[in-house]
Amino acid sequence: MIELTVNGTPHRVDVDPATPLLYVLRDELRLNGAKFGCGLGQCGACTVMAEGEAIYSCLTPVAALQGRKITTVEGLGTADNPGPLQRAFIAEQAAQCGYCIAGMILRAQAMLQRNPSPSDGEIRAAMEPNLCRCGTHMRILRAIRRASNEMRTASAQNPTEARP
Amino acid sequence: MIDALAARPSRRRVLAGGALIVSFALAPRVLLAQTVQGAAAPPLPGSLKTEPMLDAWIRIDADGAITVFTGKAELGQGIATALIQLAAEELVVEPATIHLVTADTARTPNEGFTAGSHSMQDSGTAIMNAAAQARAILVKAAADRLQLAPERLKAEGGAVIAEDGRRVAYGELVAGAILHVRAAPRSDLIDPKNHRLIGKPWPRIDIPAKVTGGVAFVQDLRLPDMVHARVVWPPSYGATLKAVDSAPVETMPGVLKVVRNGSYLAVIAEREYQAIAAMRALADAAQWDETPTLPTEDELFSYLARQPSQLIPVRQDSGSPPPPVQSVAARYRRAYQMHGSIGPSCAVGLFRDDALTLWTHTQGVFPLRAAVAELLALAPEKVRCIQVQGSGCYGHNAADDAAADAALLARAFPGRPVRVQWMREQEHSWEPYGPAMLTEVSAGLDAAGKIAQWHYRVRSNEHSTRPGTAGNLMPAWHLAQPVALPVPKPIPLPEGGGDRNALPLYTIPFADIVYDFVPAMTLRVSALRGLGAYMNVFTIESFMDELALAAKADPVAFRLRHLEDPRARDVITLAAERFGWSNYRRQPGRGRGFAFARYKNLGAYAAVAVEAALEHETGRLRVIRAVAATDSGEAVNPDGIRNQIEGGILQSSSWTLYESVGFDRTRITSRDWSSYPILRFSAVPESVEVHVIDRPGQPFLGTGEATQGPTAGAIANALADAAGIRIRELPLTAERIKQAIGV
Ligand code: FES
Ligand code: FES
Repeated sequence: MIELTVNGTPHRVDVDPATPLLYVLRDELRLNGAKFGCGLGQCGACTVMAEGEAIYSCLTPVAALQGRKITTVEGLGTADNPGPLQRAFIAEQAAQCGYCIAGMILRAQAMLQRNPSPSDGEIRAAMEPNLCRCGTHMRILRAIRRASNEMRTASAQNPTEARP
Repeated sequence: MIDALAARPSRRRVLAGGALIVSFALAPRVLLAQTVQGAAAPPLPGSLKTEPMLDAWIRIDADGAITVFTGKAELGQGIATALIQLAAEELVVEPATIHLVTADTARTPNEGFTAGSHSMQDSGTAIMNAAAQARAILVKAAADRLQLAPERLKAEGGAVIAEDGRRVAYGELVAGAILHVRAAPRSDLIDPKNHRLIGKPWPRIDIPAKVTGGVAFVQDLRLPDMVHARVVWPPSYGATLKAVDSAPVETMPGVLKVVRNGSYLAVIAEREYQAIAAMRALADAAQWDETPTLPTEDELFSYLARQPSQLIPVRQDSGSPPPPVQSVAARYRRAYQMHGSIGPSCAVGLFRDDALTLWTHTQGVFPLRAAVAELLALAPEKVRCIQVQGSGCYGHNAADDAAADAALLARAFPGRPVRVQWMREQEHSWEPYGPAMLTEVSAGLDAAGKIAQWHYRVRSNEHSTRPGTAGNLMPAWHLAQPVALPVPKPIPLPEGGGDRNALPLYTIPFADIVYDFVPAMTLRVSALRGLGAYMNVFTIESFMDELALAAKADPVAFRLRHLEDPRARDVITLAAERFGWSNYRRQPGRGRGFAFARYKNLGAYAAVAVEAALEHETGRLRVIRAVAATDSGEAVNPDGIRNQIEGGILQSSSWTLYESVGFDRTRITSRDWSSYPILRFSAVPESVEVHVIDRPGQPFLGTGEATQGPTAGAIANALADAAGIRIRELPLTAERIKQAIGV
């Protein structure tokens, strides 16, 4: 039995400890956000956060995450009540097929938690591991910029509540 | 500019469409007269030609619920949103009240493939007209009921409302199947100046689920009792399975079944990761016979040049051209390039009671159904294909192959849904690539610096090996009773395949243009976004700059000198203006490039200007900014068009700068993203601007593929401007550039 906290909810899962987190999220916990893209750490489609760090869920064995806090895109908001990055991606219409997008959002989330006021260069550098084949990059960058502005304004107005 | 040869097929098609309508509408004697005179009745708009019943497209239930049906598929291009906008506009309802059903062989019209940037022309036109005609029928029915003249009523918010305020809901009017009628050739469309929805940037309906982890993709389907499968593909083309001891795999945790049929080898397990672990064990146990069937990568183009071919004339003027004052000639090459979807192909199949249901991200549910029915020797009615979105495909990727896997494995494991997804290296090494191509062009200029003659030859495989038959499904090649890939037939002009856009839109007094079609495939190929247009436009637009240089003319002015079509001139002028072409100041190491095409000479017009920067020491070229102008006819969702064009520019710049499929004598060596690198964020332009010229009331022109070719041409031209070197081989890699500038 491996214990994990995913989007604030504790779970005990009974799988081979070598199973990559991706399959636990998708098949055991029935979450759609993390996607299989390469299984090789080359594309970022499977990106989620573990204790605030962006990780490749396709490579990380679930045993290595025992007791850790995992966040997937489902943990950032819902279609009815989207979080800041989700709102920004909708506002910028930052998706074509959208297969890469959940991974993009999680990588951006991890960056903004570390660095709430990134420069354009810092955003690009942070996003480097994630691939988008549809060429939605310009909109993704705009959405991250928009979310960062929005999150900063919100935290200036209400410093306790508005953590990203 | 369309020559006689190119125009012939299209005229035939129009006539056939016309005759079809006439035969429904008129008595035989009149039909004969019409045919003899060649003056056919006006054809039905868009796909109403093939499915004329209004209720095949629009259904209104007694409770007022509205369902719209399209045979086209949402591929991430935003078609669902645009089709809902069209239907809602003409039915005068809010878009949120419409439920759209996309490609499903049991429910929707057969609109063939969602490809070739045809969806708005075919399905959009059909739905817009069907909705307008449905509205007119509802207004007429309400008028009869209220005993008023139809002019005194209007449709609004799902009801027909009389001047005196009386109101009849659509749902109350639909009894007696009043929409079960044939479409008329003409519709009473809403005047574009009164549009509420068309022409407005409407948010895509599919995006909220995609950013919040909703079920958005076929990869996300979890049907009750579903099991997971993986296939072990042969390591190379033509490899055969010599032996495999599958006994140890059969006892692995979760494994339900190992399937072997000839050289087709797969495993089914309860859990996805169990299937992957079993697939790996099975791959280790499998012994293959492989033969080197490929040329080396270095000799690819000489090999391609030697392949037997068929000459297909594109435009061949008779007589002899005037002797040129100046001549220029060049040859260009394009490597194999891949679709490279981020999510490997996936499908779910359920075989129950001798019938198969497939959930698939195919681009053509009906052609796939025919192919799968043949593969399983089932009647087509026993196969239902339901399209569910997958990762963006950009043409014919492995979607249909994965569907064939799901079909074969569901039949081998009946009663429970079987989900199969390909692995990254499988997608990379087995998908059908965009073909390698060779072009050769020479032209003569007259004393005024205008093109007097033009000789062009494009050599290529055909660009579509899509299903329709079992042999188009790669799994069929490996079965104990294999079905071979049929020799592809060239796609006829004016759309063309390898010769798509081989005919320039420019005014050329004398032209000799030939498609040198190579039937035999070297690597597996099929339709990649734009087909031959990517290479033909790259060639033509590179060469236009070479000619402009010879004529000592500005590249933009030189293009305009050869264009009469005002819409072509408009996009060129607008792109040049917004780029700041005429007052451009070149910084060291930078250059500007321009290119233009009208996709297929029938679809959207697109002009692209780029500024690129060259890093001298590494040869690395980067697009700094791109400015595009497009004309897609009436722009239904301008932001959707911008999204597609931006994406097209970035994707094409990735193809153009980095991408070529590697192989040795036996195997594909591009097996992942490190052996087949694509654009990453650090190389993305600083800005990409797209200007959409809206033409309200004009026919929709396909947009999705319009900038693939122009972007490539503009980048090559920017490199020439920055460094004074002309590279005529795609991709324009850093190594190639370094070599050319001699560092
Ligand atoms: S799927 Fe994990 S990095 Fe590609
Ligand atoms: S939106 Fe399709 S891969 Fe990024």
